[in-house]
Amino acid sequence: MSAVPISYYLVLSAILFGLGVVAVVFKRNIITIFMSIELMLNAVNLAFVAFARAHNQLDGLVFVFFVIVVAAAEAAVGLAIVIMLAQNRESLNVERVNLLKL
Amino acid sequence: MSIPVILFFLCALVAVAGAVLLILAREPIHSALALVLVMSTLAILYLLLGAPFIAAVQVIVYAGAVMVLFVFVIMLLNAGSEERTNISRLAKPIGLPLGFVLLLAFAYFLWRSPVGGAIANGTGSSNDAADTVKLSEMLFRQYLFPFEATSILILIAILGALVLARKES
Repeated sequence: MSAVPISYYLVLSAILFGLGVVAVVFKRNIITIFMSIELMLNAVNLAFVAFARAHNQLDGLVFVFFVIVVAAAEAAVGLAIVIMLAQNRESLNVERVNLLKL
Repeated sequence: MSIPVILFFLCALVAVAGAVLLILAREPIHSALALVLVMSTLAILYLLLGAPFIAAVQVIVYAGAVMVLFVFVIMLLNAGSEERTNISRLAKPIGLPLGFVLLLAFAYFLWRSPVGGAIANGTGSSNDAADTVKLSEMLFRQYLFPFEATSILILIAILGALVLARKES
């Protein structure tokens, strides 16, 4: 019925993923970095759904479902780590988390 | 231009604008709201792609549960505006161009990929409900073991979050 080519969705997915990478590199707030990772996962999900539609197979949608579940689990544990970090370092700046830095 | 194409470009524009806003915003709560915007527009795009179940899950789990978790933590930690530190001198001149090179490379190769252009998706078709039925059948038959494994994963994540966030006694 519609005629939106799959490649449009893939390019949008690539742009969102690239913006997510840029955000991870440039943001200093650990919560925002976390949100950028979620943005990248969302971009990958869009590519999954687009490919599933292109090949007319539902396996891609099942994978999106699993990615969403794993992302939810990851957010729960990651935010717990963020809370720990904020209590120990009294800052959300990743520059302050430098024990492994040379 | 047909209505789906216009809708796609509208959603794509809003999604990219939201992602840029996420980067530019100094307050974490503004970034969180920008991310909600991106996720909501992605849900519309899933509907456009003929995946209503995934669109619903996207709104309920991502835009709902995960983002509420983020907003809770932002409030809990009283996260103010991001402090400006002079980041590594290499990051500004090299990091940003490299990021855009990466973005362009992705876009180029996906554009050129064999699945591109030629295939027009048949969205809005009447088999959306049948697709959801088929999806659930796959989830509970072919992918039953991974499905059960994710429930264990969720349980472990709950326990991990509890142990991590607990106050030292």
